[in-house]
Amino acid sequence: MSNLRQKILILYLADSALDSKVIGWTMYDGTRRESHNTGDSDKPPYTTGLEALQAGWRAIQFSQLTPPYPGTEFSTSFYKYEIIFEQLEEVHG
Amino acid sequence: MVDKTHLLNSRQMASFAARGFLRFDGLIPSELNERAMREIDGDVPSAPAGTPLSRCYPPPSALGEILRSPEIAGIIYSLVGPDPLFDHQYVHVREPNQDAAQHLHGDSTIDLRMHFDMQLMYFPHAVPLEMGGTLLVPGSHFRRINESDIGRYQNIVGQIPMVCPAGTILVLHHGIWHCGRQNKTNQKRYMFKVRLNPTVRQMRLWNTDDLDASVGQQHPIFSKETPTDDIQAILGNIEPWFEGGNGRLEILNRIKFWRFLTGDDNFDAHYWLTRLENMPEKRVTE
Repeated sequence: MSNLRQKILILYLADSALDSKVIGWTMYDGTRRESHNTGDSDKPPYTTGLEALQAGWRAIQFSQLTPPYPGTEFSTSFYKYEIIFEQLEEVHG
Repeated sequence: MVDKTHLLNSRQMASFAARGFLRFDGLIPSELNERAMREIDGDVPSAPAGTPLSRCYPPPSALGEILRSPEIAGIIYSLVGPDPLFDHQYVHVREPNQDAAQHLHGDSTIDLRMHFDMQLMYFPHAVPLEMGGTLLVPGSHFRRINESDIGRYQNIVGQIPMVCPAGTILVLHHGIWHCGRQNKTNQKRYMFKVRLNPTVRQMRLWNTDDLDASVGQQHPIFSKETPTDDIQAILGNIEPWFEGGNGRLEILNRIKFWRFLTGDDNFDAHYWLTRLENMPEKRVTE
């Protein structure tokens, strides 16, 4: 088994541009070095999605831009602009 | 009948409409908190869902005293009116030294009603930040999600951890996203919740003495003449987590909700709905 483990950072942005403001964030750490859970921070790790790229995170998924289903044009639900990033880190032992 | 002086005012109701919650820090006196804490730490008698609240928590009951106190009775009346029904109660206990928090969620299921249930949360003891506190996301109550669909969202700009003194009351719209934060202390954390259903149309149940025709009067948009602290401004305030586009839809949701609450189908804030509703049919004649 590889010694590489994935760290996941999910950023929710104010619009579809990667350099727009972060409004929400989530982290999962496959190396077990860090633990994150709901409500554990009041400050985003990065101000924008672009900042995460510049810090070395690889963007692996962007939410698609889809028109609203007919009849739901005015309803709100999940965050629309979700970007998933990863980093691979080596673990020992 | 509830004393009018204990009803919410229109600005408080507008804030509830916009943000989905109201908090009253340290409202319950310490002697009553201590007695309620003993009840909560024991076994609080419940009642079948749909029981009139007036038949729940009969004396002697510290929790009953709290719910029947003029201040709390006024809040309940303002939101769900006279004779609300008891839906359910729950004593939330967060064990000491927890590894994780509860996932973010909305209670019950997806709920499309304009009518709303209120959830009253009572914090019988002081809650410091390291003890967690219930976390809530202001303005999330119109989002159409189903229970823990949103469990993936760990942190949101503007989220509020309920750090509060003993005796604090938090009232929520049923749709508000919330969760129990991690308790890092070596003491248990308690919170008592009761959900209430209305039995009357929720319209102008609060003290509307401050609600006059000027509330819906339109002003210049993007101007120094635009009032910044009136009902329209309260309904138009942007939460820091609102997306650019969806944030505007939330303002529409609030305006529609305010129309429901006031019965004024012509009310608008900053012209948002009027613009969309303008579909003239008048024909130009030669």
